[in-house]
Amino acid sequence: MRLGLIIGMPKKLHSKFLIFFLLGLASINAKETLNESASVDNLKAEIKEYILHHLQDNHDFNLLSYTNELGEKVHIGAPLPVILWDEGLKIFSSSKLNHGKSVAHVGENYYKLDHGKIYKTDASGTINYDTLHEASNTVPLDLSITKGVVSLLFTALIMFLLFKGLADSYKKNGLVAKGIGRFFEPIVIYIRDEIAIPNIGEKHHRKFMGYLLTLFFFVWFLNLLGLTPLGINVTGNIAVTFCLALITFVITNISGKKEYWKHIFWMPGVPWPMKIVLAPIEFLGVLIKPFSLMIRLYANISAGHIVLMSLISLIFVFKNFIGSSLSFMLAFSISIIEILVAALQAYIFTVLSALYFGFAVEEHDHDDH
Amino acid sequence: MVIPDIVGAGLVVIGVGIGIGSIGRGAMEAIGRQPDATGKIQTAMLIAAALVEGIGFAALFAV
Repeated sequence: MRLGLIIGMPKKLHSKFLIFFLLGLASINAKETLNESASVDNLKAEIKEYILHHLQDNHDFNLLSYTNELGEKVHIGAPLPVILWDEGLKIFSSSKLNHGKSVAHVGENYYKLDHGKIYKTDASGTINYDTLHEASNTVPLDLSITKGVVSLLFTALIMFLLFKGLADSYKKNGLVAKGIGRFFEPIVIYIRDEIAIPNIGEKHHRKFMGYLLTLFFFVWFLNLLGLTPLGINVTGNIAVTFCLALITFVITNISGKKEYWKHIFWMPGVPWPMKIVLAPIEFLGVLIKPFSLMIRLYANISAGHIVLMSLISLIFVFKNFIGSSLSFMLAFSISIIEILVAALQAYIFTVLSALYFGFAVEEHDHDDH
Repeated sequence: MVIPDIVGAGLVVIGVGIGIGSIGRGAMEAIGRQPDATGKIQTAMLIAAALVEGIGFAALFAV
């Protein structure tokens, strides 16, 4: 009878059911199967390690791992190339590092993975800890293709194919978009009409549109990718958000006209003692504005991931039926909110970048100078 | 007397809650007065809320 309920539903309800089912997949991030005899403290430590492991960048593309009957951990995933600069370029596969268990022997050097970082050790893999319980071995310059780098390249490729297809469809179909790019045309027009033109002005907005569009879709797709069960955390990595904020900072200051710098250091219309007091504060503002862009995106996304994964781990802490199902419902609802936050944070980053560009190229006439 | 870290985190959340709540209140009143300008008011409200939330998150991470 239950099957009849699904089949007998009218087409509209059927598609809504499908959408909810697909959205439910967004909650299925629980990958680890835990040992039945684990005590509560063991469980807590494992959950903490699972969350920390997700937030860090990995040197291999690990989809899931489980403990088989022999008690060993089996990983399902692909190894990625490790590229180190240690008086010479050393390239080897991360399967030699074996998730931190074995020591990689490359040429005459030995390398070991410890808490996500590669250290140079001796043949037996000793890592010396100093008084603050941090490793004090030498760290070679790590330029590896890690999981985050692979997802950045993948997102760039997807974006390129998507928007090139959209642009080509304009040429073929006479200025009418056809195909999957149709969904993104209103968004592009929204960014131009509601974000770029009000903030930067009609005259100069063309110059910045390329960067603003790339920024919006890049951050949005990366945020969405972080919510999939693949366990990829790119925008929750402060290095990535630092680079995005740095590019905004560089573009703002390169395109700054004389009016912009005058307004920061020697603002007109203000008595001169106040100018000397305000100049350092405004200069700090120039540095703090991109810094806040970086922190805002990083903190929003990684805090969202931590909350989501803690709620999913709660499913395993409660061993009865009611507790687990309620935590699953809660985790599902929070996933929906995280999808909204993904788009919202991309929008906020773009709007604030457009605002800063607008300050830089603003030309207006004051009454008194 | 040493104040624990978690009390600081609670104060940050109170501050962010009051901030975003008053932004929301101003936005609702403005929409009530001029329903035609709903789109612009919503946009401005989201931007202001994101700025307040940004400081809140930064403080929360520092704590």
